[in-house]
Amino acid sequence: MTAQAMLSQLTEQFDESIVLESSHEELHPWVRVHPEKIQEFLSFVKNHADFSFDFLRSLAGVDYQQYIEINYILFSYAHGHELIVKTQVNIEQPFISSVEKIWPAANWYEREVFDLLGVSFKGHSDMRRILLPDDWEGHPLRKNYREKKEYRGVSTQREYLTGMPELPTLSPEDAS
Amino acid sequence: MSSIQIQHFDDEMEINMGPQHPSTHGVLRFRTLTDGELVRKAIPEIGYLHRSIEKIAEMVEYHGFMPYTDRVDYVAAMTANHGYALSVEKLLSTEVPKRAQYLRMIADELCRIASHLISVGTFPMDLGAVTPFVYALREREKINDLIESLCGARLTYNYVRIGGVSFDMPDGFAQRVSAFLDQFEPLMNEFDDLISSNNIFIDRLGGLCPISKELAIAYGLVGPNLRASGMEWDLRKHLPYAAYDEVDFDIPVGDGRCGQIGDCFDRYWVRIAEIRESVKILRQCLVQIPEGEIQAKVPKTIKPPMGQSYAAVEAARGEMGYFVISDASKNAYRVKIRTGSFSAMSIIESQSKGLMIADLVALIASLDVVAPEVDR
Repeated sequence: MTAQAMLSQLTEQFDESIVLESSHEELHPWVRVHPEKIQEFLSFVKNHADFSFDFLRSLAGVDYQQYIEINYILFSYAHGHELIVKTQVNIEQPFISSVEKIWPAANWYEREVFDLLGVSFKGHSDMRRILLPDDWEGHPLRKNYREKKEYRGVSTQREYLTGMPELPTLSPEDAS
Repeated sequence: MSSIQIQHFDDEMEINMGPQHPSTHGVLRFRTLTDGELVRKAIPEIGYLHRSIEKIAEMVEYHGFMPYTDRVDYVAAMTANHGYALSVEKLLSTEVPKRAQYLRMIADELCRIASHLISVGTFPMDLGAVTPFVYALREREKINDLIESLCGARLTYNYVRIGGVSFDMPDGFAQRVSAFLDQFEPLMNEFDDLISSNNIFIDRLGGLCPISKELAIAYGLVGPNLRASGMEWDLRKHLPYAAYDEVDFDIPVGDGRCGQIGDCFDRYWVRIAEIRESVKILRQCLVQIPEGEIQAKVPKTIKPPMGQSYAAVEAARGEMGYFVISDASKNAYRVKIRTGSFSAMSIIESQSKGLMIADLVALIASLDVVAPEVDR
C-alpha cells in the first residue's frame, strides 16, 4: 500500500481525537496518536490484514523538553511497507500503556526507554532498569541530565585518573 | 543490570553465569535458576558494556560520531559505519558515487565473513571442540590484513564516510582479495568436514531449542537468526541499499536439515551458507566495480534539514538501524540504534526454560550475541 493510501485509510478509521496528525511527505510516513489510545491503535495496525505491521523495528523515546515523544518504528514483512507511530507523553507524569502484549519485543525496548528516559509503561510485566544499575540517579537521555560527580564512591570525572586540571563538563548547550 | 526478588523452592538453586565467563562472548551475565542440571529460567542481566553511545551522538558533530559507530559492534564494525552513513545521507539526500558504494559492499562482505567466522568458530568451542576455532581465526587474520591495507585499521575501521569512503583501493587490492577467496573457498569445505558434518556436533544441536518463524518475528529477531527460523528475508535483497541490487546471490534459509526448522544447527548452518554467499558477492563486486569518485561533496560541518530518518543495513547480526533526528543544528538531536543482538538477547529468557545448562550455552552461542551491540 502506498503511504498516502495507508494514511487516508487510517484517518478514515480513526477520528481526529485519536489520530491527531499525519504526514506522508517526509522521508517516512508517520502518524501522531493520542497517548491514551496508543494501545488500541497499535493493536489495530498490527492485526488488520491491510496493514499487518508484524515487526516492531525499534522503539525510540525522544526528550523534547516540554514532552517526551515515543516513536514506534513499524514494518510489515507481508506488505513491505513502513510507518512511524508517534505519541507525546507528559514530561511531569510520564506514563503510557505498554505494548508488550502486542509485540513481545517491546518488553526490552520499553525497559530501555524507562531506564534512559524515565517513562513508565503501564501493564508492563517487569518494569525495571535494564542498562544502568537500580540505584542510578536520573535518566541520561533526558536533555537536562547532569551526571553526578561520583557513583558509590567511584569518580565519574576524568581528572581523577590523570591528575589533570578539571575539564569543563560537556553538556548539550556547550556542544551546540 | 539490577536485582529482582526470586522465590526459592527447596531444590532450586540460583547460579550466576558471567559477566566473566568463557562461553558468554564478552561481558554478558545470566542469573540461572537451576534444578540440578536443568535450567528453570535464565535471566539475562545486561549493561556491563554500556558506554552511552546514543548520548555521545547528541554531543558530537555528525562526522565526529562515525568512529563511535565502530564501537557499537566491534566484531563487524564496517556495517555499523555503513548504517549510520546511510541514515545521515538520507537526511541530506546525498547521492553516493557508485565506486564508493561498491567499496562499501566489498568492505561489508569481507567484514561479514570475518564476523561469521568468529561465530562459527566460537560455537564449537563453547561446546568443547577447540580446533575449529583455530581454523576460523586463521582465515579471519587474513581478512584483517586485507582490510588493514584498505583503511589502516584491523578492528575499528572508521572507513565509511558520510557521502563516501575514506580511501580508494590500494594497488593490487583486488588481486589480493580474489587470491584470498580462491584459497578460502576450498577451506570452507575443509571446515565442513571438520565440524558441520561432525556427528557429535549434529547430535548435540539438531532439534535443540527451535524458534518458530512467528516467534522470531514477534521478538524482533533479525538477520541469520530470523532466516534460520525459515523466513526468507534479507535487507540486501528486499530493501536493497548501496549496489546490492546489481549483484546476484541467494538467501540461505533454515530448513531443519538436522532436526527442526529454527533449531541451533540451522542457526549455525545459515551462517556457514552466508559465508559462501558473501564470497559470491565479493567476486562480482571485484569485477563490476566502476572507476570514479569515492566521495560525494559533503560540507565539513553538516547541518541537515529538520527531519528524521531511519536507515538500516543487513549487518552480520541482522538489521542494524539508525534512527536519526535532526533539528538543523551541527549535532544530531537524537540517534537511536537498533541492533540485532539486543532482540536476540531478549528471547533467551523465554527459550531457556527446561534446557540443560550445557544447552543454554549452545543457545547463547547459536544466537551470536555480541555484548557491545546489546549494551551500546
